[in-house]
Amino acid sequence: MAEFLKNSWWKLLSGIFLLYAVIFGFIIPVPDIGNLYNTIRNLFFHVGMWFTMLILFLTSFLYSLKYLTGFNEKYDIRTVEAVNVALLFGTLGILTGMIWAKSTWGMYWVRDPKLDGAAVGIFIYLAYLVLRGSIEDTRKRAKVSAVYNIFAFVLLIVFLLILPRLQESVHPAGKGKGNPVLPMELDPMMRIVFYPAMIGWILLGCWIWQIKVKIHELKIKIESRENGIK
Amino acid sequence: MLSKEIKYLIGKEILLELKQKYVINGILLYLVSTIFVTYLAFDRIIDTDTWNSLFWIILLFVGVNGISKSFIQESPARHLYYYTIASPQAILLSKVIYNLLLMTILSVFSFLLFLLLMGNLVINIPLFLIALVLGSLGLASTLTMVAAIASRASNNFSLMAILSFPIVLPFLATLMKVSKSALSEVQWTGNYSFIVILLTINLTVVILAYLLFPYLWTD
Repeated sequence: MAEFLKNSWWKLLSGIFLLYAVIFGFIIPVPDIGNLYNTIRNLFFHVGMWFTMLILFLTSFLYSLKYLTGFNEKYDIRTVEAVNVALLFGTLGILTGMIWAKSTWGMYWVRDPKLDGAAVGIFIYLAYLVLRGSIEDTRKRAKVSAVYNIFAFVLLIVFLLILPRLQESVHPAGKGKGNPVLPMELDPMMRIVFYPAMIGWILLGCWIWQIKVKIHELKIKIESRENGIK
Repeated sequence: MLSKEIKYLIGKEILLELKQKYVINGILLYLVSTIFVTYLAFDRIIDTDTWNSLFWIILLFVGVNGISKSFIQESPARHLYYYTIASPQAILLSKVIYNLLLMTILSVFSFLLFLLLMGNLVINIPLFLIALVLGSLGLASTLTMVAAIASRASNNFSLMAILSFPIVLPFLATLMKVSKSALSEVQWTGNYSFIVILLTINLTVVILAYLLFPYLWTD
């Protein structure tokens, strides 16, 4: 039991925080801002998914760099699984965002630099997966996709800084607007749910990532055993 | 040393192009027929937004077509030969510079064709020419690197498009902003920051390509 707590405390924490966010996210009183009404509660879910995606993309970028320094297959597995999980969270983030957009802006998708940046990011990583699928040799696949990942990620960061300059944003945290999730901007009641929820989502993402990496490694082990390579 | 290698390699590229004239002719014909199709579809364009977007979209497709052959035109055996006599950086930079020349020629040519067929809507011609050069540089450097990546995989052509579009899209959006202002007003103010952004992106792409290409070049 002590061993379990020592190794898996953060998984428990993730579960507790998310359960807390789901329950209290729906019952705490929220401030009345603009035409947001009760949709403001989506902040606990939408933003968390988006943060988790960004952190996993960053992780995959770092592991790609690490792969290129030593060509260890272990790092390639971590990279691709981080991208897979990040895309899952990105899709969920877009879906929750679209529902939110429908009720506050009246449309599922609006022309906005923030949304454009999000779509570009998703396209880049979908292309990354297609690129991996079209190379047979494992070593070559790992190397070429690591190069693409680094190239695309740096440009994505540059663009995420540039795109908002091109037009005004209706999305929060845009040009000339404060970021609503910073402590001084956020309602104190929402703060006590928001920050644990963020940590919960990020830990959940890391947990799924860890499990997927394990599955991937086991699959490779089984495959090499079937091929007679011990 | 590096500059000497690059000089010889660019000479080689140009010689190769002149020997296999059908490749460059193919690209030029592709450009002409695409513009002709849009000319038939639109007749004369009076709307600056349409003019602007059509121009850059056509140039993007021409660029993808023209540059995708960069690393698959020659045989792997010959690449092995280049590997033994030149540094990877020299190979990459020579391809980028050569593709820059190609893209500049193609973009000026398509600008002339647009003037001829669609009518001239550009008010601030110097600014538009700057956009053309910066756009050629950005497209050439990004697409060369993506061509190097795509050449290592099978089903090369569609890969080239899906890998490059999301990466060049924001660059293209900035570029279209500059060229749109060249189409609608005489003054330059407000464009300097966009020109700086474009230069920064170009520099970032070239530096990244310079650092990453050696990993693609060795197997």
